[in-house]
Amino acid sequence: MASTPDVVLPGNGIEPTTETPITVLSDTVVEIVSDAGEGAQKAGQSFATVSAKMGNGIWTVEIIPADIQPPSRDPAGASGIRIRVGTKEITNMGDKIDLIVAFNEQSLLGRIQYADFDPDARIILESMWRTHPDESIRDSYIEIVDQLKADGYNVYEVPLEELCGEHVSNPKLGKNMYVLGMLCWLYSRDMDLARQQITEIFRHKSQKIIDNNILLLDAGYEWASSHLDFRFDVPAKKSEVDRVVMNGNQSIALGVMASGMEMCAMYPITPATSASHYLAEVFEHVGGMVHQAEDEIAACAVAIGASYAGKCAVTITSGPGMSLKTELVGLATMAEIPLVMVNVQRGGPSTGQPTKVEQGDLMAAIYSNHGDAPKVVMATATIEDCFYSILTARKIAETFRIPVIVLSDANLATGQQPFPRPSFSADWLAPPIDQRPVAEGTVPYDWDERTGLSRRIIPGQPGGTFTVTGLAHTKSGKVAYDPKVNQQGMEMRSRKLAALQQTLKAPEVNGDEEGDLLIVGWGSTKGAIDEAVDRLREEGLSVSSVHLRFLQPMASGIGDILKRYKRVLTVELNYADELDGDLLTPDNQRFSSLALLLRARYLVDVRSYGTAFGQPLRPIDVEDRIRKELETLAVEA
Amino acid sequence: MFGLSEAPTVDYSQEHYRLEDYQSATPRWCSGCGDNAILSSVQRLCRDEQIPPEKAVFVSGIGCSSRFPHYMGTYGFHSLHGRALPIAQGVKLRRPDLKVFVNMGDGDCCSIGTAHWIHAIRYNMNMVAIVHDNEIYGMTKKQASPTTPKGIKTNTTPDGTWMDPLNILSATLGVSNVSFVANAVEWIPDILYSVMREAYHHKGFSFIRVIQRCPHFLPHMFDPLLQHPENIQILKHENGIQPTEGISNVYKNQIEHDPSDINRARELASQEGVAPVGVLYRNPDVPCYDELRRPPRAISLDTRKQALETQFDRFAVNAG
Repeated sequence: MASTPDVVLPGNGIEPTTETPITVLSDTVVEIVSDAGEGAQKAGQSFATVSAKMGNGIWTVEIIPADIQPPSRDPAGASGIRIRVGTKEITNMGDKIDLIVAFNEQSLLGRIQYADFDPDARIILESMWRTHPDESIRDSYIEIVDQLKADGYNVYEVPLEELCGEHVSNPKLGKNMYVLGMLCWLYSRDMDLARQQITEIFRHKSQKIIDNNILLLDAGYEWASSHLDFRFDVPAKKSEVDRVVMNGNQSIALGVMASGMEMCAMYPITPATSASHYLAEVFEHVGGMVHQAEDEIAACAVAIGASYAGKCAVTITSGPGMSLKTELVGLATMAEIPLVMVNVQRGGPSTGQPTKVEQGDLMAAIYSNHGDAPKVVMATATIEDCFYSILTARKIAETFRIPVIVLSDANLATGQQPFPRPSFSADWLAPPIDQRPVAEGTVPYDWDERTGLSRRIIPGQPGGTFTVTGLAHTKSGKVAYDPKVNQQGMEMRSRKLAALQQTLKAPEVNGDEEGDLLIVGWGSTKGAIDEAVDRLREEGLSVSSVHLRFLQPMASGIGDILKRYKRVLTVELNYADELDGDLLTPDNQRFSSLALLLRARYLVDVRSYGTAFGQPLRPIDVEDRIRKELETLAVEA
Repeated sequence: MFGLSEAPTVDYSQEHYRLEDYQSATPRWCSGCGDNAILSSVQRLCRDEQIPPEKAVFVSGIGCSSRFPHYMGTYGFHSLHGRALPIAQGVKLRRPDLKVFVNMGDGDCCSIGTAHWIHAIRYNMNMVAIVHDNEIYGMTKKQASPTTPKGIKTNTTPDGTWMDPLNILSATLGVSNVSFVANAVEWIPDILYSVMREAYHHKGFSFIRVIQRCPHFLPHMFDPLLQHPENIQILKHENGIQPTEGISNVYKNQIEHDPSDINRARELASQEGVAPVGVLYRNPDVPCYDELRRPPRAISLDTRKQALETQFDRFAVNAG
């Protein structure tokens, strides 16, 4: 041990022992932060995957700077990952951090400014900056560490890079795997699984790289076991079913692959693009292709062209891309061409917060077209949902000849969560193209008067020739000059939403079927909302929650549910006014998107809790707001 | 592929497609509009090539010219202003069996759809794209287009247009992977037809610019070409077009131009006051994106299942 660099432990050096007692936790939150490119996310994802393979519930959130190479040692440039591991299923990122590993004090500062720490949370900090040749860096480091200690934080200063240097020639590159080793000891993880994980993530690299990373993993584990004075376990329960663990964008890509769609036309945009990265790698195995078009508009046009020619296609984008595609979505509505558009929402408006989560595109998804353009809008609530929503979207798009917009978001995009392994079914796939000749007299919009549905004729079918148009048209596809024809077309396109609505089941209520307060949510906030509601219900509070997967049309029975509670509150990650400024009155208060939709449709005085901090919702945030709402309700009563 | 039958469908009862098989509604273009001549030429081409009407798709944007598909007896897609090319690409990428044609106006292709035009040249997918260039916006009633010559008074430029127009041919010939560029005038139907036929048989993206009269808004725009046949410069070559004797009697300004010579093509395209007519450039060896990305013939259910299971394995966490 003589060669081991000094370690500064809190409390003036409590001697660690190999017999460190293990504290059992049911749930923990760990963050790893670094400068961009130092591999914090890789270490964190591996930690999460190992935990999931052991049988733990997990949820990860990536902390992504806007730049590829932001200035180093910059609070705003911090890159990293947050991992919540639990004994039970985990559905959201949790509240407080228990342990944070930081590669420099500035990245740490960036997290401390935002995140919520437990009083006894621990900080493991790279200490090389203490002896850095640059005086200003040394001073900054010492000042911040001293301040943190004075504030009562448990700071473990560890010379990570120097320790790695004992094992490899380029220690900067391998620090993340050393940290993974430390975490594996600290949380009693299965090292065989960790080694397998390294082999998997470096599968395209040389054996030497794999060996070096495993060497560092083992060294980190070894070092932690002989130097750190705390240790946890989060007991895992092996699942009774096979599961898969992936992030939301991978889940969307697999959904596309499984749906029988054969064209994904896209243009790079954060945070949607990683779905197309993965799809580009695997899509050709099932005859599909990812086409990167020259712009968002072209991507949507190519998808519509492919779809018109016989197969439903998908375009995957984020907010600004959806805005650009709007005119084409209107064309798909008017011409009744199936189309699936995935919008992995980010902060808006304009360029907004590209790497941050927001649910700000709901109204745009439903209403942004000029004219009345009925389309289906769905939202994914979980990683699993991302997969199945795409299957459903493709089916609806083809059956109803309508665009279907699937809203995901930046939280789901990079968040990882296990779910039961899907079991392949031929029903997932699109049926083969009907190439039979079209009977004489068949028209391209042979609308069923009741449902608005009609059979799709595609190019290549003898006897079916017609011209698709975005102009108002008759059943025969001829440009309409008769006013009644336009009205009829409007009715038929609208009728399809009514027909679909009739098939949707009312969402299940989490909690009592009636009571004081109902929380309504949509999209990725489901986990945080349900956890908050469950906790408060254990305290005996009268609160329930319901989560909407279809936003347009909305399922039957929602109105009845809303009317069974004294107060209804939506919880959404999009901006809403709180009545806290002197100009704001109930007459000019602006509501969150879903609240506005529910008020309009069901004539219920729905309130909203809408925030746009660019962070996923924590259960504690929802909990606080529910308490406040229940207090107000009690006062009003 | 997609459950399509690979066997050609032959209907022995139909011996021959007639011109009428490619005709649909009566055109609603103005009398004297050059679009009528383009339509006739294309219908004749389809008949001569015996393209089954259900195997042809005409995609257009928005504008006078983009009404074109409605008048064809084939499949058609009258899409959005500027977006005809990417829609046509979507069709071609998933349905290589279809013959794809694109009709666009000058504003459609070279103003609102410029990005798609440039990239369509670069993608070089198998299709025939026709730009109906009347040098004006007609459908919206006489506004300047990117090809309107300098000084022309329009409703948006009452003092005359301010800038020199965009030279479509030069621009097209300047893009990587350009593989076929031709120029025609609609009032010489024989040459228009010959150019169309060459374009149809070219492997790759065949770009045809057709100078087209708009008698309603710019009745005298093309007088220098119409009244002075010597301003029409016919490009003839064994690998291009060869004018008939009748044409040669009227249009005496003829030069030999080898369409494989891109530098010469660029020089010809940039001439002032003279309209070169014929095949400017042709290179059948440029790779075609649609062929590089051609979908596989058939993916069996088992293959699909196996591919998915392989991916699930990658993310698997086993029970027990």
